[in-house]
Amino acid sequence: MSVTYIDAIRAAQETLLREDSRVFLYGQDIATFGGAFKATKGLAEMFPNRVFDSPISEDAMIGLAVGAAIEGMRPIIEMQFADFSSVAFNQIVNQAATHFYRTGMPIPITVRLPSGGTPGSGPFHSQSMEGIYAQYPGLVVLTPASVSDAYHMLIDAVALDDPVIFCEHKFLYRWLKAKSINGDHLPIGQARIIRPGKHATVVAYSAMVHEAVRAADRLQQDGWEIEVVDLRSVKPLDIDTVLASVARTGRLLAVGEAFPWGGVTAEVVSRVTEEGFHLLDAPPQRLNARDTPVPYHPKLWAAHRPTPESICQALRKLLAF
Amino acid sequence: MLRARILENKLSSLYKAGKIVGGVYLGRGQEAVSAALGSALIPGTDFFAPLIRDQAGRTAFGEPMLDCTRTYLGSVQGPMRGRDGNIHRGRPKSGMPVMISHLGSQVSVVAGMLFAKRLQGTLDGRVGATCIGDGASSTGAFHEGLNIAAVEKLPLVVIIANNQFAYSTPNHRQFACADLVEKARGYGIGGMTVDGTDLLACASVITEAIHRARAGQGPQMVVARLLRLSGHGEHDDGFYVPGDLRQGHYGRDCVEVAMLQLVENGIATVDEIFEWQEQFAEEVQRAVAQAQQEEPPDPYHEDWTALSTRFPLPHHPPATQSFFP
Repeated sequence: MSVTYIDAIRAAQETLLREDSRVFLYGQDIATFGGAFKATKGLAEMFPNRVFDSPISEDAMIGLAVGAAIEGMRPIIEMQFADFSSVAFNQIVNQAATHFYRTGMPIPITVRLPSGGTPGSGPFHSQSMEGIYAQYPGLVVLTPASVSDAYHMLIDAVALDDPVIFCEHKFLYRWLKAKSINGDHLPIGQARIIRPGKHATVVAYSAMVHEAVRAADRLQQDGWEIEVVDLRSVKPLDIDTVLASVARTGRLLAVGEAFPWGGVTAEVVSRVTEEGFHLLDAPPQRLNARDTPVPYHPKLWAAHRPTPESICQALRKLLAF
Repeated sequence: MLRARILENKLSSLYKAGKIVGGVYLGRGQEAVSAALGSALIPGTDFFAPLIRDQAGRTAFGEPMLDCTRTYLGSVQGPMRGRDGNIHRGRPKSGMPVMISHLGSQVSVVAGMLFAKRLQGTLDGRVGATCIGDGASSTGAFHEGLNIAAVEKLPLVVIIANNQFAYSTPNHRQFACADLVEKARGYGIGGMTVDGTDLLACASVITEAIHRARAGQGPQMVVARLLRLSGHGEHDDGFYVPGDLRQGHYGRDCVEVAMLQLVENGIATVDEIFEWQEQFAEEVQRAVAQAQQEEPPDPYHEDWTALSTRFPLPHHPPATQSFFP
């Protein structure tokens, strides 16, 4: 039996609904239909009056969740696509994210963002929003890359008292399989070295972890040992694990699927440069999507985001320095 | 409403004397609407999300005057501890969420508070209310919030104080319907209008709206027509308000109208009203003096964290997980 990434997300929500009466699910087409990606399939029948179809009102969905959290609930809000959370941006960054600092009362909401590109999805169903949300104080931003993390990090996200932006990668939903959801259950905020190496460090998160591992596999044929760090959580950012890896390898490439201006990879490179400049044997590198909207056609899309080929190319340049 | 007027007159003086940083935003001219709402709500049971011009409603709902003076004067002992100021204050644990500046945003928040109570099985007999202005009625958040409350059939009362100017923008640049209450029909919710300068009319109409919501008739909208009797804030003299509006029916002062109504209806005597004025002025003086004597926040002792969770979290390696459906 194998478990997919989306199975894990659905299972986590089932566990949460079963074990915590404060949890409810609110989102578009998530009740009878089971969600655009079936992340809530069957849950409305299993848990009557706990799983609700919402109107197409991203702003009000988050506003409602914030109000419910003030009154003691633990809402999980499904954005149909991460891209649409831009409509809820105000409620997320101004209402939910500022609340604890201003009032002393945290807002325990979890916002699930089906993120990242898939072939043919185009500019408005493909975005990676983690860097934007991480920029704002008061949010925890998670980017699970494995089946086990998808399950455990969602459970842990709901247990946190703070608002969590949970970025699930749509490409991983059905492509990524594991034998079980069991794992090491690292706490939120801790990165994981998923592949040890000594010649260069690739820091990645979400679907890019898998692209980085593919690139590392190819370079291994030439004798290069590439260490891959899965950030898991982009905020808080586990810079200690990254620095420890760079201390071993002396070389850093940060890979992300988001747009190239600023963002998570820029933060990683900047923090390593600031705190670990003496560890670097080469200028730290970044690889991101291109600075255009995410294109529709699969050929354009595949060339828009980092691929094993482009990661290999960036690593060879880094290793040759 | 009299207490609020006297308090706000003092805030205006403090601002003009340079004792308040940021801004001061008065509810002058809106006290009848706001007080009628605050008085009709039940503290400890109902929810109230006040907005910028709701000092009277806050007071009627039970907000301590010190919350106001401490927040305006930056005392670390206030509910916002110097982290936010002026009208951005509240007590979310006591049913009074804290406004953000983005208009219309509180509508869905109050809806969510009520939604939580429904899930917890304790919604019966409870209502939630918020006040907004004519300008906020143009926002997407207002639309989404009212629609979601209507879809969920929540006991939400939204008061639109149509004070005819959103900052400086007049109604005809804000909306194109004849009256904002027409929007209620579009949402499938109750709608009523009232003369916002008439305290007794406000008390009657707003109490009825709350009664209908409490009785399970779903969201209710009340549009109160009035005129803002100050600028947007005390930095603004409101020069753009035409003289004929100031001289017209809605330019009358609701506090003066209310005093007359109380006397004419035998609810209070002139002497009693004078006594109240003296008593409230003393209360205001005490609340200002106390807040002024208190410490401001100390940046060297501020913890500068926006999260309640303290990272890094400890690692608890799992026992073998067996659950999988």
